[in-house]
Amino acid sequence: MEMLNEKAILEIRDLDITFRTNAGSIHAIRGVNLDLQKGETVAIVGESGSGKSVTMKAATGLLDSNGVVNRGQVLYRCREADGSEEVVDLLQMSKKELRRRINGRHIAMVFQDPMTSLDPTMQIGPQIMEGMLLRTKLSKAEARARAVELLELVGITDAEKRMKSYPHQLSGGMRQRVVIAIALSGDPDILICDEPTTALDVTIQAKILELIKDIQSRMGLSVIYITHDLGVVAKVADYVNVMYAGRIVEVGNVNEIFYEPQHPYTWGLLSAMPDLDTEDDRLYSIPGSPPNLLHEPPGDAFAPRNAFALKIDEKADPPLFKISDTHYAATWLLHPDAPKIELPPELKARLERARKEAERYL
Amino acid sequence: MKKYVLKRVGMSLLTLLIIVFVLFVLVRIMPGNPFPSERMSAEQIANKRAELGLDKPVLVQFWDYMTKLLQGNFGKGTSLYNGAPIKTVLKTAVSNSFRIGGLAILIGTAVGLLLGITAALNRGKFLDGFCTVFSIIGVCVPSYVFLIFLQYYFSYKIPVFPYFFDINRFAFSSILPSVSLSLFTMSTVARFTRNEMVEVMDSDYVRLAESKGIYGSRLVRRHVLRNALIPIVTVLAPLIVDLLTGALVVEKIYGINGIGKLMVDAIAGEGVDYNYVLALGILYSALYIGIMLVVDLLYGVLDPRIRVSARGD
Repeated sequence: MEMLNEKAILEIRDLDITFRTNAGSIHAIRGVNLDLQKGETVAIVGESGSGKSVTMKAATGLLDSNGVVNRGQVLYRCREADGSEEVVDLLQMSKKELRRRINGRHIAMVFQDPMTSLDPTMQIGPQIMEGMLLRTKLSKAEARARAVELLELVGITDAEKRMKSYPHQLSGGMRQRVVIAIALSGDPDILICDEPTTALDVTIQAKILELIKDIQSRMGLSVIYITHDLGVVAKVADYVNVMYAGRIVEVGNVNEIFYEPQHPYTWGLLSAMPDLDTEDDRLYSIPGSPPNLLHEPPGDAFAPRNAFALKIDEKADPPLFKISDTHYAATWLLHPDAPKIELPPELKARLERARKEAERYL
Repeated sequence: MKKYVLKRVGMSLLTLLIIVFVLFVLVRIMPGNPFPSERMSAEQIANKRAELGLDKPVLVQFWDYMTKLLQGNFGKGTSLYNGAPIKTVLKTAVSNSFRIGGLAILIGTAVGLLLGITAALNRGKFLDGFCTVFSIIGVCVPSYVFLIFLQYYFSYKIPVFPYFFDINRFAFSSILPSVSLSLFTMSTVARFTRNEMVEVMDSDYVRLAESKGIYGSRLVRRHVLRNALIPIVTVLAPLIVDLLTGALVVEKIYGINGIGKLMVDAIAGEGVDYNYVLALGILYSALYIGIMLVVDLLYGVLDPRIRVSARGD
């Protein structure tokens, strides 16, 4: 198996997933590509139900049992402790093999809701040690010492004492720190954070993001953020994938997405971000709601909500047009024959402001 | 925790006392009495009443009864078994019912758990459907119908087990009634276990455990079952009481001298035997309250959220 990029650590190629439900088949993921390079942070942004989480769950074998992978590859550059290196397709691995070789040791996850993601009947110490004891030859005392170390690393005071706490004795922020400690316990290469701060209050959010960033630079982790919060994306991401109805509609580095967005959906997302300087007294929201993928619409799935939709949008799904080496967007507006469309003036003013502000900090 | 236990035990005893009082008064004001009027003259009845102390005020009678009860003396029957001490009669009945009921609980819980776990681990597949159908049948078919079915096939067609209960071949002759009694528990436990497990398997914390590389039996034992079993204890408790206190019809059909049969005799015999009704009522209530107490305490052991107070340092 070959990877396209030699620096890449994870590559998702043409991933296509259907969910079988009582109501029929839902084509949730429609040919997703995604690249992650070592040490980078990549964000996947989109509304609820756009398939952000499903994509990453499929990549780690945590897909719900009614999900079927129709095609695609999830290539992972698996570096073992002995220095050997092998590119594996995670979709070809059995669940058991994934759990044994990949989950925890190479790819770890932080989930959205810290209130429900820890086992309520187990002390947090054993929860951190569990994976270590299973995977490594560490003795119980060594694993314990390492767990205390990890708790200190994620900023839990009184770590020694907290080892014996049950999840319900900790606050939400503390629990999320414990979840992060668990994720780090296997020394992973990739950390997938599925809306890690959505369930936390704002002050804690910032602290958790700082923590993840700090740990990332210390341990050389590659991080994938799944989020609907563009504020989080701006703080942490190197690259951004904008996802809509199971497709990635725009991808670029963080500057390209925030200052030169090309896809009308990205425009909508950016306009819908609350901003102190906006003169409008109403917050913009993208009209309509995401399509029901039970009945896949022909053409561009975003067309019905898109004020800039062209006639062709109703007939054919746009391919990804290249804007720069790192920036691509799937909208017919980028076709050479498409009419030239100006950004909505409010958004234009806003992007201008953001750019100026960014320059001030440089 | 100690304080909590003491409080719960105290409350349980108080509850029991109230129940005894209510029962005591109820049997006396309800229609029916220990004396078959067609065979006894008014004078005989009056003598008998005086002998049993039934002519005294109710509160005095209650006081007398309680003083004896606290010494472990249930008194004698007012009409049943020619006034043999209730304790002796009850001992045999309890031992029969408890042994058959206990066996039924063991079979029901063990097989029920096994079925439930199998169904949950094979969610949506054939085994899951099979277990669902089985549990529905088990809940719907009364145990005595199942007993008759078993008697027909395993005593008559293939004569393996005896037709009736035989105290001399205790273990062997309790198999059929135990199995038929266990069916309801089995089905309830199976269905509940399956649903609880499925819910836990979809929980975030099981996802997290999987994402750190836990799989297979360790995942099921340590994370799924441990959490799924907590609510199962609650459904199990009343089922256990039901089984221990005997099954009226099954005991009747299979000729078992158990508590269920005794209760029927005490009410529908020659006359209503006050003391038997009371003794059995106390036994039922005490068992129920006792098992509920055990379940509450067990909850504390199983669920740290109850045992360890929030944020407790």
